[in-house]
Amino acid sequence: MARFTGKKAKETPALNMGSMSDIIFMLLFFFMVITTMRESSLYVKIIPPQGSEVVKLEKKSLVSYINVGVPLPDQQKKYGTEPRIQLNDMISEVSDIVTFVELERNQRIEADRPYITTAIKADKQVRMGMISDIKQELRKSGALKIFYNASKGARKK
Amino acid sequence: MARKTPGLNTSSMSDISFLLLAFFLMVSNINSDMGIARRLPPPLPEDVEPPEVRERNIFVVMVNKDDRLLFNREYGRIDDLKDRAKEFLGNPENRPNLPEKIPTEIPLLGTYDVSKGVISLRNDRGTSYDMYLQVQNELTAAINEMRDELSTTRFGKKYTDLNEEQRKAVDTAIPVAISEAEPTKIGGK
Repeated sequence: MARFTGKKAKETPALNMGSMSDIIFMLLFFFMVITTMRESSLYVKIIPPQGSEVVKLEKKSLVSYINVGVPLPDQQKKYGTEPRIQLNDMISEVSDIVTFVELERNQRIEADRPYITTAIKADKQVRMGMISDIKQELRKSGALKIFYNASKGARKK
Repeated sequence: MARKTPGLNTSSMSDISFLLLAFFLMVSNINSDMGIARRLPPPLPEDVEPPEVRERNIFVVMVNKDDRLLFNREYGRIDDLKDRAKEFLGNPENRPNLPEKIPTEIPLLGTYDVSKGVISLRNDRGTSYDMYLQVQNELTAAINEMRDELSTTRFGKKYTDLNEEQRKAVDTAIPVAISEAEPTKIGGK
């Protein structure tokens, strides 16, 4: 025993941290690849309805979003408590949709224009009158491919 | 004589990359958009009369402002909608009160009896979007199930596993026959 206790305790060698950054960079790239940038902050609260038959929205670059919902609590002073429409960064009126579609169309190259999809992201409490008005405006402006946003849910039994 | 350079201290490198990682985690969102895709009908020219549709070829689904359902003027429940829609669109027993079928030549499938049935969906302005989507969801489920059945009997695969040509053939055989009327303006806000 004396042989061991007599010796001074060895210091543990410092951990080599050189590869740590490689690992973190790997994580970083992983997240960069699988995520998309958040485009604009929402001013309206949206809890999408659930559906069992939902499919993934393809070709995100060809999608323009129409958000419909009740303004968030901190925006209610400005925009009221009734459901409103948000196009890009602005709370808008139904009549603005035609210009919005035109703008979105002009941003894309000619070949992509027939494939532009308009995604309607609406809160489940919104009444259909509003959605129908939006659909009529979209028909008028020729944006016929639409997409109802919904989250994946189990079948209601 | 050149001196040996001391090793670079890289311990802060991980801190920097952590910072970057945290930044990207904050500004990005992973959740992909899911939903139901539909096509709107092009705007009608005003002088064109809507075509006559026989009564047997149409299945009316109405949703009122209290989110209650009517199928062909009878009360119905959302749970029954899928089966009713399948029965209507499929008409497996060729009953005279269900839609007619037109034998159509479809590549890969040969002659197939394509149903002339159209589901007419009418909703009130006061219907909630939630209910509307549930109805759309059930109708999509009915069509998806029928397409799945057809592709398993003909191609031995599920609809989602078909290649593009086969999928096109199945799409022609079982189209998304949903027509939406303009919403009525009674009740609701």
